[in-house]
Amino acid sequence: MTLSEKYRDEIAAILARYPVKRSALIPLLYLAQREQGYITEEAMIEIAGILGLTPPQVYETVTFYTLFNRKPVGKFHIQICKSLMCALVGSDSVIEWINTKLGIGPGETTPDGLFTLSLVECLASCGTGPMMQINDDYYERLTEEKVDQILSDLRSTGSSQLKSGPFMWPEPTKT
Amino acid sequence: MKAEYEPVTKEATPSSPTPNGRTMPQHEVILLKNMMQPGYGGSLTEYERAGGYQAIRMTLGKMAPSDVIAAVRKSGLRGRGGAGFPTGVKWGFLPKDYQGPRYLCCNADESEPGTFKDRQLMERDPHQVLEGIILACYAIGAESAYIYIRGELVLAAAILERAIGEARAAGYIGKNILGTGVNVDVWVHRGAGAYICGEETALLESLEGKRGLPRVKPPFPATHGLYGKPTVVNNVETLANLPHILTRGPEWFASIGSPPKSTGTRIFCVSGHVKRPGNYELPMGVTARELIYEHAGGMRSDKPLKAFIPGGASAPFLTPAHLDVKLDFESVAAAGSMLGSGGVTVIEEGTNMVWAALRLMEFFYHESCGKCSPCREGSSWLVQIMRRIVAKRGRMEDLETLSDLCKNIAGRTVCAFGDAEVAPIQGTLKYWRDEYVALIREAESANLIMPKPIGAQQHSSR
Repeated sequence: MTLSEKYRDEIAAILARYPVKRSALIPLLYLAQREQGYITEEAMIEIAGILGLTPPQVYETVTFYTLFNRKPVGKFHIQICKSLMCALVGSDSVIEWINTKLGIGPGETTPDGLFTLSLVECLASCGTGPMMQINDDYYERLTEEKVDQILSDLRSTGSSQLKSGPFMWPEPTKT
Repeated sequence: MKAEYEPVTKEATPSSPTPNGRTMPQHEVILLKNMMQPGYGGSLTEYERAGGYQAIRMTLGKMAPSDVIAAVRKSGLRGRGGAGFPTGVKWGFLPKDYQGPRYLCCNADESEPGTFKDRQLMERDPHQVLEGIILACYAIGAESAYIYIRGELVLAAAILERAIGEARAAGYIGKNILGTGVNVDVWVHRGAGAYICGEETALLESLEGKRGLPRVKPPFPATHGLYGKPTVVNNVETLANLPHILTRGPEWFASIGSPPKSTGTRIFCVSGHVKRPGNYELPMGVTARELIYEHAGGMRSDKPLKAFIPGGASAPFLTPAHLDVKLDFESVAAAGSMLGSGGVTVIEEGTNMVWAALRLMEFFYHESCGKCSPCREGSSWLVQIMRRIVAKRGRMEDLETLSDLCKNIAGRTVCAFGDAEVAPIQGTLKYWRDEYVALIREAESANLIMPKPIGAQQHSSR
């Protein structure tokens, strides 16, 4: 089934937000990625058709943005922040933990297809580092025990209560 | 110790002794006030109960848009995204007689390493941001606003969407707001992972569905912005200040901080080697020492402070000698850095500054958009040389090459990214050159890179 068949109403709602169709490109790419976990060539061609663009115009945009996967990733995409602020408080250890526990390095996926590891730049969580993002969720102030718990939660239930947000740090003090 | 960050009541209170016996002036918290009340969830009802959406009632249809611009100009509010441009002046650049659509873009692409305030403002008190957006739209005559939020902040985007829904149902967003005839619609637009899209013209390109490459200026967004129409791009924190300026008056706002040029409060994001990292809203002009040692609890392991960044990764490092610098736009600039986005990163003694500069350089190398050759090629060369030095394979002449490259990147690019990317290296070369030299000496003594005569390898006895 094509995207336009499956998400007709959602696509119409997205297009209605912008006076110029091309603005809907990134939102539609998110839709395609949600559907398949990455952006396929067929999806790019279809989106080009919806927006009246050429496929290369879609491709040039896709390749600029790091959040669009151009090949399949694991069910859980682990992104560890490695920028200076997190590095000061131990992000290199988090990378090592993941490496030891899952046997994968940056850019690799576990053989069961569950986890992919990526190292990324600053995720706007510098006061609560070291941190990582897994799919849509942030996990902050990581310790080895916390990482163990998160991985085991994800394996067993598909989500973890250790995810953070709505974000505030320091938390309000009780009076 | 938490007493120092207790929510302070509406009126500024005089000095009171802190637990350690010292007297510290109390200050008023403006932007974080609601969310500092335990249990505040940021819903429409809670925001209204805290006095929210009064600014819209007082302003829309009751005050001329030009008077709103004049009030904001008078308040001295300056952009909180990094550049610190006066907000009212920026609004004033829009063509007065232009017939046709105008746009407001809320820059929520918070990506400057060291900065995490906008995320908190959006996730904990989204209506405060929305009210600011509506007021800004009214002032500049825009009927459409886009919140360009960085793609990673999925939760913040969902919270904003929900808040927009609540505000629309209550008549604060949409057609004919509160019967005033004013129309404003607001949409959330997620970016997709590119630091450069925080640069305002790159943001516009990205919002138009293209690669986020900064535009050549002029023309500026005020005349040729989104879809070529007059556009204002304002940061989240900037917009969140507007309801307070309009309800309590520009004079009140202008009296806070370091008037006349740095007014109001600033949400300082403290990270790195401190005991209590986090967001602290303080009057502009607080010293770095007070922020780091009083509010953020001082150094994590009680090691001495070695360096700090006063305004996000793009701001050059400062040293312990600068701890008494006031954190306002002018004072930080005079000290050779910039207040930027308010991200204060603290580094303790024992951290290698060449390594720290490399970490930042890797960020800039990764995020260079590739439009201008000095930045695209230069960032690659800089990062390679830095990696070589840190890996103890550097040469003395690398230092000169680094300085030379920095000079040839800064000021020679379409946007300010070029100036930003050389900041970590220039700053560390200025204050910690000896650490570069030490690493290179180690390389030399390890004889890793000393030129050897041809054939020497074969005959040398090991």
